[in-house]
Order: sequence, then C-alpha cells, then structure tokens
Amino acid sequence: MAEARGLLEPRHEPWITLPSFVWLIVLFTVPAAIVFAIAFKPSDPYGGIGAGWTLQTLRSLGDPNYPAILWRTIWLSVATTALCLVLATPTAYFMARTPERWRHLLLLAIIVPFWTSFLVRIFAWKVVLHPEGLLKRALVALHVVPPEASLLYNAGAVLLVLVYTELPFAILPIYAAAEKFDFKLLEAARDLGAGPLRTFWTVFLPGIRRGLLTATLVTLIPALGSYVVPDLVGGPTSEMLGNKIAQRTFSDRNLPHASALSALLALAVLVPSAAAIALERGRRARQRAEAA
Amino acid sequence: MTFLAPKDGLSIACDNFVILEDSKPAALTHEFIRFRHGPAVAAEDAKHTKIRDRSRLRLLVPRPYGHYIGQSHSVRRLRRRPRAPHAVSDFIQFEDVSRHYGSVRAVDKVSLGIGKGEFFSLLGPSGCGKTTLLRMLAGFERPDTGRVLLDGQDITDLPPERRKVNTIFQNYALFPHLSVRQNIAFGPTVARRPRREVDDEVEKMLALIQMRDHAEKRIDQISGGQKQRVAIARALINKPAVLLLDEPLAALDLKLRQRMLIELDMVHDQVGITFIFVTHDQGEAMSLADRVAVMNEGRIEQLGRPVEIYEAPQTSFVSAFIGDSNFFEGVVAEVVDAEHVRLSIDSFQDLYAFNDKGLHQGERVYLSVRPEKIRISRDRPLEGRDHNTTRAVVDDVIYLGTHTRFWLRAGEYRLAVEQQHNRFVLDDLPIRWQDEVWLQWHVDDGYMLERYAERDEALMSFPPQRVGEGDAPAESPADGRG
Repeated sequence: MAEARGLLEPRHEPWITLPSFVWLIVLFTVPAAIVFAIAFKPSDPYGGIGAGWTLQTLRSLGDPNYPAILWRTIWLSVATTALCLVLATPTAYFMARTPERWRHLLLLAIIVPFWTSFLVRIFAWKVVLHPEGLLKRALVALHVVPPEASLLYNAGAVLLVLVYTELPFAILPIYAAAEKFDFKLLEAARDLGAGPLRTFWTVFLPGIRRGLLTATLVTLIPALGSYVVPDLVGGPTSEMLGNKIAQRTFSDRNLPHASALSALLALAVLVPSAAAIALERGRRARQRAEAA
Repeated sequence: MTFLAPKDGLSIACDNFVILEDSKPAALTHEFIRFRHGPAVAAEDAKHTKIRDRSRLRLLVPRPYGHYIGQSHSVRRLRRRPRAPHAVSDFIQFEDVSRHYGSVRAVDKVSLGIGKGEFFSLLGPSGCGKTTLLRMLAGFERPDTGRVLLDGQDITDLPPERRKVNTIFQNYALFPHLSVRQNIAFGPTVARRPRREVDDEVEKMLALIQMRDHAEKRIDQISGGQKQRVAIARALINKPAVLLLDEPLAALDLKLRQRMLIELDMVHDQVGITFIFVTHDQGEAMSLADRVAVMNEGRIEQLGRPVEIYEAPQTSFVSAFIGDSNFFEGVVAEVVDAEHVRLSIDSFQDLYAFNDKGLHQGERVYLSVRPEKIRISRDRPLEGRDHNTTRAVVDDVIYLGTHTRFWLRAGEYRLAVEQQHNRFVLDDLPIRWQDEVWLQWHVDDGYMLERYAERDEALMSFPPQRVGEGDAPAESPADGRG
C-alpha cells in the first residue's frame, strides 16, 4: 500500500472529516434532538407547540391502539427483512459466480428500477393488485383465490410491496460481500465431506456475515419507518407506526404527539442496531482474547 | 556435508553428489569421493536422495542431475529401458480421460495409473491440464469422456464429499471464520463423528503439526508455513486414501518452500498414503516425487522417475521444460557400431552419439546436450572415441554463484555451457570473454529426441540460436533448474 501523504496523513484526519461531521450534527443530530425535545412539550389547539414542559404526551402513548400498531410495524418489518435476506442471498451468490462481463449487466438490472420514481412504482403495484387487475382475475380463474378476496389494502399487500422496495438494498451489500468471498472455500468444504447445503450454511453464510448484517440494517430500519407503502397499498387494518405519525402531524396537528411517536420509532430502530453492533464487537473482542 | 542412507550399503551425499559407497562414512571426504570413486551410479534409484542419518535426522538432498552420474553406464540403462508403461499400478486410474472447454482441450485422452503409497507428481507449465486432471480426481470437474477409478471403484460421478480424497489447495483455502482447531475439526465434525473422538483426533493432529500453542488462533494470525501445516492436518484428519496437493508451495518464499518440501516428504513417509503433487516447478517435482508425469497441452509427454525424465527425455518439450538443453539438428552420417552413430551436423566434425533409438543412416536427428554436461577448458583435452571434442569462442561469461554459465560460439551455433564451482575451478586461470576454448562431452551425454517441435524452443531459457540470427540472448531471470 502506498504511504498516506499530504492531506491523507493520519494527523489531518480530523480536518478531513470535519465537513461531514458538521453536516451530520447540523442536519441530523440537532433535528433529532429537537424532535425528542418536542415530545416533552404540550400541544396547543392551533397545531403549534405550547409553552412549558409536560409528560402528558408521553402518557398519551399508552393509547390502547398503539401496542397493536407497534407490534404490526415490528412483525411486518422483520418479515420484510427476513424475506429480503432469503431472496437476496441466492441472488447475490448467483451474481458473484457469474462471469465478470455478465455481472455488470445483472447489477444494472437491479439498479434500473430506481430510475423510475418510487411513487410511480408503488402505483404500478396498485394497478397490478387492483380487484379488477389482471393478476386478480388470473388468480381467480385459476382458483387460487376466491373472487371476494382482496389482494390490495391488507397486510399481505404491504409486505409484498415492502419486500419489493427493499430487495435491491438487501442484494447490494450481500453481493458486495459475496464478490469478495473466496469460492475456493466452498470447494474445500465439499472436499472435506460437507454436502452442498451444509457447505452453504457453514461456510458461505459465515463468509458473507458482514454483508448479511448490513443488509439486515438497511432493510429493517427503512421498513420500520415506512409510511408511503402502507399508506398506499395498506388498509386501516395494516397501518404502521409511520402512518400514525403522519396522521398526528397532518390530521390532528398534534406535533408533540407525533414527536413522541417518532422518538419511540427511533428507539425501536436504535436499540436493535446498537445491540447488533455491540454483539459483533463483543464477538471480535472475544476472538482476539482467545487468540492472544 | 555427509549423509547416510541405509539402503544398498550406504549412500553418501556430498555437496551435490549422491554416491553409492560401502566404506565407513567417517573416512570419506569430499576429495576422497571425487577422486577415489568418480561420479557413481547411485543416482539411478530415485529413493537414494531421501537420506537419513543414524540420528534420525532426515535431510533431503536435491535429486541428482545427470552430471553427477558422469560417464557411468546408468545413463545407457535409463535410455535402453523400455519406456515406462502408462499403467504400472492401478490404485488410481485415469482411463482415456478428456475434458474440453470450448475448443480448448484441457485434458486430452489421458490414461494414467498411480500406485498405492506413491508420491506422484504432475509437472507442466500453466494451462497444461495438470490441475484439471487433479480436479477430476477430487471431484470438482467431470471428464467429458473416460473414467476415473480409485481402488477399483469408478468414482467418475461421485461428488467431492463422497470421495476418500482430500486436497491441499494452492492458497490452502482455510476457513477464515474458524480457528485453527475448528478448521482441523471441520471434516470429522461434518462426518458427525462423536465429539470426544473429534477432540482427541484434533489434539493429535495439532501435536503432529506442532501447532498446539496456536490452536485458538484465527487463520489470519498465523504465518504461511503454519497455514500449510493446518491445511495438511485438516486434510489428513479425514484419513484420505489419496492426498492431492495443488501447487501447495507456490505462495511461500524460497527458504520456507525448501523447508516445507522436507516437511511434506516427512509427512508422506509417516502416513504412507498416496500423494499427488501438482506443480510447475521442476525442482519440487524432482526432489519429492517417486514418479513424475510431464504434461503439455492436455497430454502426458513423458512418465517416469525424475532421473529418467531428466536424463532420457523423449520429446523436445520435456528436454526443454526440464532443465536446459543445447539442441543440434543434423543427419545420421554413419552407423558406427551397435551402440554408436556418427552425426553430420553443420559446422561440427564427427559428432558421435549413443544410438539408443536404433537410427539408420540418413535419418534426420535432433541432438540435445545439457549445458552442465559439456566440459570447458583452455587446454586441449585428451580425445577419445567416447568423447566429442570441439573448439569454441567465449561470447559471454555469467557468474551465477554455484556455477558459471558460458555463452560460446561454435561454428554457426551458440551454445551454453555450465561449469560448477569448486575450489579447483576458482583457483584456475579464469576463462574470459573472447578466449578460444575446448569443449568436450561424453558421447552418452548427448541424446537424440524421439519427437521434436519447433515451438518447444519458446520454452527454453536459451533457445537454440545460430550465430547471426540475433545478438547474444538475454539471460533468463530465473535459473532453469530452480
């Protein structure tokens, strides 16, 4: 490796990272702190924020509707993440084993949908799943679903579209890990007596662990905060936390309540991510300690 | 340096000599061996280079090259011997095996038998098909045609996990997410052997490879040599019938490579299973293997013991790929007697060669003489029927530590001659550029090739070059004999 020179010398590091640091503080940490703070403010009847501090808003989170919505948000997100990983891992494996010149084409195929607006793609799903849509008619004709069943406006539709939306974000990090994976290791495992499935579980998956971890984070977190998808393809029985936050902000004009919900969601995201990172760190520290 | 081998009396290896000797070893000195016995016949049996002394210290001495044999009759025996049959042994059998990639014939109708317990080497340049052949035995490749048999059983269609064959991969392919111990335990764990048993076996293996203190380390925390040992242990713990080694030393530096060669040889002696060693390095192949198959373009060019491959190459490819050679092109002028022919080669008078091929007058021949077999001197040597003698002018002198390489002009040929250094040579008046010298080689040391292909000249570190075709050839960076 070339020596780091000039600007890239380690002693210059703080200065180089300063811009992004300032950016994060000003545009991310400060707003987040403000949102957290507003949760402790009373609301005023005109949709603004009242004076003084109160715990009233936090208490209102005890609304009996919320546990169900929180639970639904979590299971939909976890299911989305799990389905994405299950679909993305073989895809990434296949891509990494494809000859180089085809790989770029496959990569492009995964990125191409992003050229179309997110909203347009979701509306396209609405058309596909529409009660009068082709898919529904075909499924009814094949007696897969009864005519009265609805493909749209339920948790299933939300899950389907969420998986569709998040899948590329799961594929890319797993692919990045799989591309660096030494496929000779699979041969070594087969050579040592492991069957194809066992080789996949005991050698390939551990080998792309980091990609899987990244994929989990980048699908789980957006899924937890999703709002547009359940709003457009979901019904009243498949609302997620994101919808409630929007409702509190736009319909009820109760910013403190929305803030409290947002804080709750942020914690729901932070806690598992922090746990995952701590686990990973602990694992590595343990390994180092064992080796020493 | 004196080492003993308890076989056929005693074998003494002295510097580069490997000599049969029945006297007491203590009395033997370098000079004694050289002057009393001359180059002897021990090199004939490849096993003699595995030398151990009484204190059980095992050492490996480079497999003898031809010039240690000198003018013995063993060279003739080597060349007269019927060509090594392709299936002398039947533990592992490749039957008419082919594998094509598009129009490229990676392996082309190869039939080969390898004996139980043999240390067998597949040698050839990259792309010659040696690795493909190995992968067919491991189960990673299916032959397009032909069969692979192991111990009489057809294993052509068995997946790798169901073959009693294990591989040491080129970069070892150790599992980076597992510790040394877990790597070694992989095979038996997958085979669902009882945990206690696995632990015991792993412990034994760790002791064997002297890695007990490193058992919990991760793979990226151990050195290249240690990695190789772990790879060996990870394979051997499964008690394979055959161990395949795919260029296992390629990733190591020179000194470590030499140490690992010795370790591999010791492991082979200890476990006694069949080793198949794939390499492009002739030094590795020659020093370890009982038999070597030299491969080129998907075919086996020659199969035999290292000494046969070096001393009696059958094709221009083998001759050029193994070691270095001077090539002459000419015609048989006269069949002198049952043993000798006189050759007519432009700009040389009366060159004689040992006629092991039964050539007749007028037949076209390619004569090859290894650079180290030609002796160079300022003074006119004694001439005799046994020797070819010719004059030459020194074009270039290249000092290479263990030996000096001379580039000479003889008639229209440019020749390479190598002279091993010893204190006699160094004390002599050195031969310099533009000196006129005498060259001499024994009739037996020039050999005629059965097959000659012009393109094989590209492999030579000094292609046969006639004066006037170009300037003095550039010295190859790597010494051909590695």
